[in-house]
Amino acid sequence: MSVLVFIDQTEGKIKKSSYEAASYGAQTASLLGTHAEGIILGKTEENLSALGNYGLKKVHTIEDNQLNKFDAQVYAKLIHEVLVSSGADTIVFSNNISAKAIAPRLSVKLKAGLVSGAVALPVLSNGFIVKKSVFSGKAFANISINTSKKIISVNPNSFNISTIEGTAEIIPFSTSIPTSIIETTTVNKITGEVPLGEADIVVSGGRGLKGPENWGLVTELASLLNAATACSRPVADIHWRPHHEHVGQTGLAIAPNLYIAIGISGAIQHLAGVNRSKTIVVINKDPEAPFFKAADYGIVGDAFEVVPKIIDSIKKMKSSS
Amino acid sequence: MKILVCISKTPDTTAKIAFADNNTKFSADGVQWIINPYDEWYSLVRAIELKEADSSINIHLINIGGSDNEPIIRKALALGGDEAIRVDTDKNDSFYIASQIAHIAKEGNYDLILTGKETIDYNGSSVGAMVAELLDTPFISHATKFNIESGNAIVVREIEGGEETNKVAFPLVVSCQKGMAEQRIPNMKGIMGARTKPLKVVEPAAAEEFTAVATFDLPPAKAGVKLVSPETPEELVRLLHEEAKVI
Repeated sequence: MSVLVFIDQTEGKIKKSSYEAASYGAQTASLLGTHAEGIILGKTEENLSALGNYGLKKVHTIEDNQLNKFDAQVYAKLIHEVLVSSGADTIVFSNNISAKAIAPRLSVKLKAGLVSGAVALPVLSNGFIVKKSVFSGKAFANISINTSKKIISVNPNSFNISTIEGTAEIIPFSTSIPTSIIETTTVNKITGEVPLGEADIVVSGGRGLKGPENWGLVTELASLLNAATACSRPVADIHWRPHHEHVGQTGLAIAPNLYIAIGISGAIQHLAGVNRSKTIVVINKDPEAPFFKAADYGIVGDAFEVVPKIIDSIKKMKSSS
Repeated sequence: MKILVCISKTPDTTAKIAFADNNTKFSADGVQWIINPYDEWYSLVRAIELKEADSSINIHLINIGGSDNEPIIRKALALGGDEAIRVDTDKNDSFYIASQIAHIAKEGNYDLILTGKETIDYNGSSVGAMVAELLDTPFISHATKFNIESGNAIVVREIEGGEETNKVAFPLVVSCQKGMAEQRIPNMKGIMGARTKPLKVVEPAAAEEFTAVATFDLPPAKAGVKLVSPETPEELVRLLHEEAKVI
C-alpha cells in the first residue's frame, strides 16, 4: 500500500520531469493516506537522498552499468520485482518515451489499469478517476481505473514541482539483471541543447522566416530566454531545420509555460502539438493567421523588424534587473 | 515473413471535437473518419515497401471495432494489405484491445507486428507495448526507420534527446512514427482489388477491461488574444514579464 515513482535519468542526471512525477506521486500518496517511494535504475551521479525534498520517503536503487542502456522489457521486469517487494500498488511515471514503453508492460504484468498523459491528481470521491489529455490536447477525458493496482503516467510540464524538507532513505535492491536481447549499434544524442519536451520556454519558427539562413533570429531569442527551439512541419519537411524540432500533430507535442511562434500560420495540426502551452505568443504579418485565435498575446507585423526589437528589449530588461 | 499491421479508426485531424450524452461520448456528428495517421502513413506504408522489396512477405491487417470500421479497412487493403481481420467489438480499453491483437497474433504466428506510435484520439501510446508484453517479445517504440538485414530487424528509434539504432531478432513489435515512410494515396487498381480481398470478422476473445471513460471535458475557452503594436514590441516583453510572469 504505497506509491512507487519511476525516477528517470539520462547520462546519470535525473530529469526535471521526474521531479514533477515525484511531486505528483507524493501528493497522490497523501490523498490515499499512504507514502511515496522512488525507484531509479542504473548508475547516477545524483544525491538520491535529496529526492526526499520532493516527498519520497525511500528510493530503491539498482546500480548496474547494464541498466544505463534502456530496454523496456528489462526495466519493466525489474520495476515489477521492486514493486512486489515494496508492497506498492500505485505506480507513477513521467509520460516520456521511456515510460510509454515500460508502463504498458507493467500494466499487463500487474493487471493494473493505466492512464497515460495524466494532467491532474486523481479524484477519489467516486472511485479512482484521472484526468488525461485526449484528441491531441483538444479535450480531456476523465478515466476511471477499475483495477486494484494502478499506473499513472503524468504529462511533462503539466504538474508543478513542490518541495518540502526531507531525506529519502536509499535502499539498494539486489537481483540478477536479465540480458537485453536488443543490441544497440549506434546512439546519436543531441547534447548542449535544452530538451524540447522539457523546456519551460520554446521559440518556434515557420515558413514566414523565408529560409534557414534567417534562423539566427529564433536561436538568438531562444538562447536569451534559455529556451528550446522548435519549428513547424513544412520547415522540417523542406529540411530548413532538423526533424526532431518539429512540433505538431505528427511531430512532438509540447506544453511549455511560454510558446513563441514566429512566422507560423497555426494550422490545426500545428496547434494540436502546442495547444497545451500555458502562454502562447504569435508574431505573424498576416492578421488573418488562424494562430491568433489560439494566442494569448500577438503582434501583427514583420518578424524581421519585430523580433530584433524584442531581443533588444529583453537584453535591456536583463541588464537592468 | 508475416507482418501484422494494426489499424485504428480515428476522427480526421481537422474534426471538431464535441461530446454528447452528458459529455460521456464523443459526438460523431459530421465527423469524417480516417485510418489513424501513424498507422497508415508510417506502419502500413513501410510494410508495403518491405513487400515491394520482397514479394514473399504477407501483410495482414487487424482492426478492433464495429462494422462501421470497414470503409477504413478497405482503404488500407487498397493501399496494399493482403487480407484483413476485424475483431467485432466496440470496447476501447487499451488492455482489452491489446488482448485481442495478441490473441490473433498468437494464432497467426506473425514475425512482425506494427502499430502507430499513438492514436490521435486517445493518445494512449499503450497498445503496442501491451501486445509485446502479452507475447513476451521485444518492443521498439517511436521507430523512424525499419529494415531487415540477414534475418534481423534493424530499427532506428527516437530516444530522449536523440536517436539510436537497434538490432533485434524476430518476432517483435514496433511502433512507428514520422520518418518510416511517406504518405501514399491508393490508386484505382488498388481500390478495385481491395473489394475482393479477404476481410474476416471474428468474435472477441475473453479479456478484462482495466479502465473506462467516465466523462470528457473541453478546455476552457481562451480569453482572446491581446494584440501589441508592431511599433512597440517592448510592450510585449513587459506583458510577458509583469502580467503573464513567464520571462
